[in-house]
Amino acid sequence: MAILFLPRFQGAAFAVWRRNTLVWRKLMLPSIFINFGEPFLYLLGLGYGLGLFIGEMMHMPYLTFLASGILASSSMNTASFEAMFSVYTRMIPQKTYEAILTTPLEVQDILAGEMLWCATKCVISGTAILIVAALLGAVHTWHAVWVPPVLFLVGLCFSGLGLIMTALAPGYDFFNYYVTIVLTPMFILSGVFYPVTSLPVALQSLVQLLPLAHAVDLIRPLVAGLPLDNVLLHLAVLAGYGIAGYLIAVHLTRKRLLV
Amino acid sequence: MSFVVQITSLRKQYNAHEVVRGIDLNVSAGQCFGVLGPNGAGKTTTLRLLLGQSPVNGGEIRVFGLPIPQAGRAVRARTGVVPQADNLDPDFTVAENLRVYGRYFGIPAATLDARIRELLEFVDLTDRANARIATLSGGMKRRLTIARALINDPELVVLDEPTTGLDPQVRHMIWGRLRDLRQAGKTLLLTTHYMEEAERLCDELIVMDQGRILEQGTPAALIKKHAEPEVIEVRGEEQLARQALAAAGEGRFEAVGDTYYYYTRDARAVVKHLEGMPGLTFLHRPANLEDVFLKLTGRELRD
Repeated sequence: MAILFLPRFQGAAFAVWRRNTLVWRKLMLPSIFINFGEPFLYLLGLGYGLGLFIGEMMHMPYLTFLASGILASSSMNTASFEAMFSVYTRMIPQKTYEAILTTPLEVQDILAGEMLWCATKCVISGTAILIVAALLGAVHTWHAVWVPPVLFLVGLCFSGLGLIMTALAPGYDFFNYYVTIVLTPMFILSGVFYPVTSLPVALQSLVQLLPLAHAVDLIRPLVAGLPLDNVLLHLAVLAGYGIAGYLIAVHLTRKRLLV
Repeated sequence: MSFVVQITSLRKQYNAHEVVRGIDLNVSAGQCFGVLGPNGAGKTTTLRLLLGQSPVNGGEIRVFGLPIPQAGRAVRARTGVVPQADNLDPDFTVAENLRVYGRYFGIPAATLDARIRELLEFVDLTDRANARIATLSGGMKRRLTIARALINDPELVVLDEPTTGLDPQVRHMIWGRLRDLRQAGKTLLLTTHYMEEAERLCDELIVMDQGRILEQGTPAALIKKHAEPEVIEVRGEEQLARQALAAAGEGRFEAVGDTYYYYTRDARAVVKHLEGMPGLTFLHRPANLEDVFLKLTGRELRD
């Protein structure tokens, strides 16, 4: 049955993606303002401020270390929050999906479109962070142009997981559990602020199960100009979580909406 | 193939509660087919099943000869749907609502632009094309929802209580548009609990209650079969009304709420009698679908 969840109608998911893009375009200015403003403050305040005390971390300036970590973690947040709060709004109170389900589109198309959109949003906000980081001198190589495509995958990964929560959520408050139990620990443990190697060994192997750690491991060398290790493994973990999230979310959302 | 919709022994239950209990119906091409019934009769559930939006617990559905839910996509591509509660997209303007919805059908941009113009004209919303949804009245939203349902130039239009909660002007306008659609050869399937709506629009209808079909036929045939030709409605003091109507002799008497109905073949004598009773107001009229509906779906206190 799971195989049948793949979107069948060409362009169906894309129509949902275009719907969200159109909404985003209406609110573009404030969005772009926050996309540039937030990383600017973070990197300036934490990167320079803390960097002054820390100096180098793992053979790179702390600003570079932090900027690459924040690129990954902010994509996690962007995708997760869009897939939870915004998708829930469209699914339940706004009844957008109820309307879409009277067209040829099915649940799998809608969720595929939502994931594409979440990933696109990650690329938009991630590119803004990358530009700010480059302006502050934190980006050391042109390899950084590979960061946005990686963020797209990070977006697919976390939106897939977020959609599972949305399918299960009785209301917005439900998302607090996921944020507190999953997202925040992952944010703290996955090497965004300090290297994973400084954690206790037992915890280190646990962290290798977390998708954010793999996102950080891919993005940091691309920003710092260091050699990449285990690229396929990192890509596979992110893609695996994304695909699993999608399939589970489609199953749960069908059960919720097609009653 | 002459039937657009064919439903055979359809069943649906939620948990242990059976809401559709084995219904059969056939809708011919070009017909306006009505599904009547009180709230909770299973009308909306039947429509959801028909569109492949809900798993069936028994029976068979074919639309355009295609099996549901397997061919749901293909069927919905050729169907327009007006849901009971408005679910327009509040993030968009009137025209954007039509454009975004049209894209879900994969309609090319140029075709879509032309169709949006025609449809806004059709529902008289051209001057509101760039208005936000929140600024529209209930009647305008309903008209836009009808336009949206027509964006894919559907062969079948399914309408779930299309005029519920609307003022008489909008209701008449929508009835006019639905007649236009029927004239244009589209098949209409609508649910309603407004008998006047069913009587005006429907070529054929079913009366449903508690998940079953109680009766099926043309409005005229159902009225002829189930109601005496003349009706007197009486309002006023109960004792007085009962006395007056009891004196009338043969005929059928029913009380629904604060109104007393008297059904008869010849009302002249009763009318004369009532005219002499200033404590009562009464209305003498031919039988209509509402009389059939009340008789079939009960709730009356019989004498």
